[in-house]
Amino acid sequence: MTKRIAKTGLFVALAMIFSYIEALIPLNFGIPGVKLGIANIVVVAALYQLNIPEAAGISFLRILLMGILFGNIVSLAYSFSGGVLSFLGMVICKKLKLSVIGVSIVGGVLHNVGQLTAAAFILQSAAITYYFPVLLVSGLVTGFLIGIVSYRVNKSLDKLSQKHTDN
Amino acid sequence: MKMNKRDFIAIAVVLVLSAAGFLFLNTKHAQGSRVVITVGGSEYGTYPLASDKVIEIKSENGSNTVAIENGSVYMKDADCPDRYCVKQGRITDSGDSVICLPHKLVVEVCASDGENTIDAVAK
Repeated sequence: MTKRIAKTGLFVALAMIFSYIEALIPLNFGIPGVKLGIANIVVVAALYQLNIPEAAGISFLRILLMGILFGNIVSLAYSFSGGVLSFLGMVICKKLKLSVIGVSIVGGVLHNVGQLTAAAFILQSAAITYYFPVLLVSGLVTGFLIGIVSYRVNKSLDKLSQKHTDN
Repeated sequence: MKMNKRDFIAIAVVLVLSAAGFLFLNTKHAQGSRVVITVGGSEYGTYPLASDKVIEIKSENGSNTVAIENGSVYMKDADCPDRYCVKQGRITDSGDSVICLPHKLVVEVCASDGENTIDAVAK
């Protein structure tokens, strides 16, 4: 139990660092909302290394803490909407036996869908659906890239925990 | 690296959805005639696309300058942090829009018959 709590805390801290690094990288694709989403590596890893409630807690805490530290109520609403939708989609896809890469792709796409939905609500306008197709494809590509990294991370973490149980 | 059949089904679904979206959004590309500016969901004003005009919009969120020039409209200036709206460039066709998300501002080009395709769907 203590080990689980320690691990969860570690994952939250990692996710926050990744969010922060993401914000530092001046990656500008010219379309608002398009980003790599490297913090999702941590959430995907948590889904496989820990269990669902812990992974959900990690995702939620990261969004909440980053929102409080660096964002505002509006940016928190975007992140939250994207985070919840993305997490639910990933849990379902994992249950449906998609691979890590598939799970990450669905997470990336649904994150964008969630943010776009939040933006449509905040703007009170459907004009923003113009970005919908572009953000679907961008979520697919970034989700794929993040999926490859998550796959490797999980492999290493599996090896690590194997070693620890042996000892 | 192992991907399975279900992964490819998920990818296919996303691609089909985005292709459908592209087609749906690009079917009606008629020259627009009116510029409708909306702030936070309520209409700020409607202007003819044919006559040049510079519109200053000040709301509690910040200020934007919209310019109508030679039958096209663009965000000339804005004091929002990301300035994506300024970078979006000129629009002329009905259904096109320039959006300033931090200021909750939408500049939309509409056809003369009143209803815009995207709005009609939303209602």
